[in-house]
Amino acid sequence: MSVLLIAEHNNKEVKPFTLNAITASSQIDQDLHVLLIGSKADDVAKSLSEIPLVKKVLHIDHEIYENYIAENYTAAILKHADKYSHIICSANTFGKNLMPRVAALLDISQVSDIIKVISPDTFLRPIYAGNAFATVKSNDEKKCVTIRPTSFEAAETTGGSAEIEKIDAADQTENTKFINREEIKSDRPELGTARIVISGGRGLQSGENFKLITDVADKLNAAIGASRAAVDAGYITNEHQVGQTGKVVVPDLYIAVGISGAIQHLAGMKESKVIVAINKDGEAPIFSVADYGLEADLFEALPQFLEELNKLNTIQK
Amino acid sequence: MKILVAVKRVIDYNVQIRVKEDGSGVVTDNVKMSTNPPDDNAIEEAVKIKESGKATEIIAVTVGEEKAQETVRKALAVGADRGIHVKVDGNIEPLAVSKILKKIVEKENPDLVFMGKQAIDDDCNQTGQMLAAHLNWPQATFASKIEVNDKSLQVTREVDEGLETIEVNTPAIVTCDLRLNEPRYASLPNIMKAKKKPIEQINASDLGVDTNPRIEHIKIEEPPKRKAGIKVASVEELVQKLKNEAKVI
Repeated sequence: MSVLLIAEHNNKEVKPFTLNAITASSQIDQDLHVLLIGSKADDVAKSLSEIPLVKKVLHIDHEIYENYIAENYTAAILKHADKYSHIICSANTFGKNLMPRVAALLDISQVSDIIKVISPDTFLRPIYAGNAFATVKSNDEKKCVTIRPTSFEAAETTGGSAEIEKIDAADQTENTKFINREEIKSDRPELGTARIVISGGRGLQSGENFKLITDVADKLNAAIGASRAAVDAGYITNEHQVGQTGKVVVPDLYIAVGISGAIQHLAGMKESKVIVAINKDGEAPIFSVADYGLEADLFEALPQFLEELNKLNTIQK
Repeated sequence: MKILVAVKRVIDYNVQIRVKEDGSGVVTDNVKMSTNPPDDNAIEEAVKIKESGKATEIIAVTVGEEKAQETVRKALAVGADRGIHVKVDGNIEPLAVSKILKKIVEKENPDLVFMGKQAIDDDCNQTGQMLAAHLNWPQATFASKIEVNDKSLQVTREVDEGLETIEVNTPAIVTCDLRLNEPRYASLPNIMKAKKKPIEQINASDLGVDTNPRIEHIKIEEPPKRKAGIKVASVEELVQKLKNEAKVI
């Protein structure tokens, strides 16, 4: 049997986390098919077919799929689930919304947010905000699995030539209507995939003060993150939140500024390769996970940090 | 309008989790337990809707061991009218919980079911969506704003890209984000009053739902520890270390 990965996309491009989920899926079974559900999404089908790990692209194209609605996606997936041993997608807000609906209708106990494939039925997943790792074995005949994208490398995107098969749409729900999506456009790298992330917390004291963070981010070509406290206080919008109930990031460099380091925040960043903490409270828990800790007032340290960066001849991009 | 709110008892969010040495789970003896945080938001939202005159009754339901009742009692103390405790011992997976909740929904016929978007113990993020699937109801997950209309809800959802708004017809399931509202504290008089509110106890086995786990927990272990870092004395030293030692900038 083959595995079926559900692609996330915007009808123009594949979303980056789908590439990480493709890598994980191919570790479960190399006979990997990708299901693309969209509207006028031929370009997406083509780019999926060029991913060497993908063996086949199933493409459902219909105007009812112009916007992603879990109910409509689920109906489409169920039409084609029979032939597969695993149904898989990324464990971001896309997959978290979708997969349990699919799993319930297949009477499968879903394995959420895996960070490692041990065998086709056994996986490693974090629980308790990453304070424990569970090795779990699914005894369901068919499996529904979501993948923590940051725990797997992104798949290569060129060199493949998988077959694209057009398949039929399913019925549309009458009960859910897409109204709009406020996407915040930014020239900065995406938080989930950025090489460097700089995050601000309650210590920033206001939304205006986040400029200190953005100045450094611009210099380092970094994405901007935030603690829940900073988002709750309205300093910055929700899509920047890093943590147990926000995004999980694993950049090469994570700079936490004015963040105390609650368990829930650490859950979203403690796998980062190098962690820097800047905080004036020397006892803050963030220092326990930091490779380099600077006990300092961020309002002095950040401008100095920018100044020192400006002195460097080169900065890696 | 009737609102059913599902709540779960979990290890308090402030507790530092300890993994048992035999790899069978995490230590729960003498550990502070609380209501799963976003479930508090779910209760709060239901109470606000009732206060606005748009709902007539709030029922709080939990699925779990004897002590899980505490979470229902707490919901009663902040404004739920009555409670249901479905008793089941041991580990129970979201799939089974969603099947139990379906039975409760069929019995109570609510117009809305609210619950937290994710439990902070197993971090599964499944139950609401699964319940919606079993009932063939629309789902509005990760809600940070809910507007109640006559026969529908307009829900703003927190998604990776920012905010998304959808409209769902009722009956519907909503899973709540922590930013949906600010949960109130129970006042002492209300805690006393809540003791008199009824909690119906039902045995899960009487509902005809198979609660046997489908997922085996082979081992629970501590995550790899990060090696201790160093404190730097100045910004200059920090930049120098990042450039020459860590080589990340």
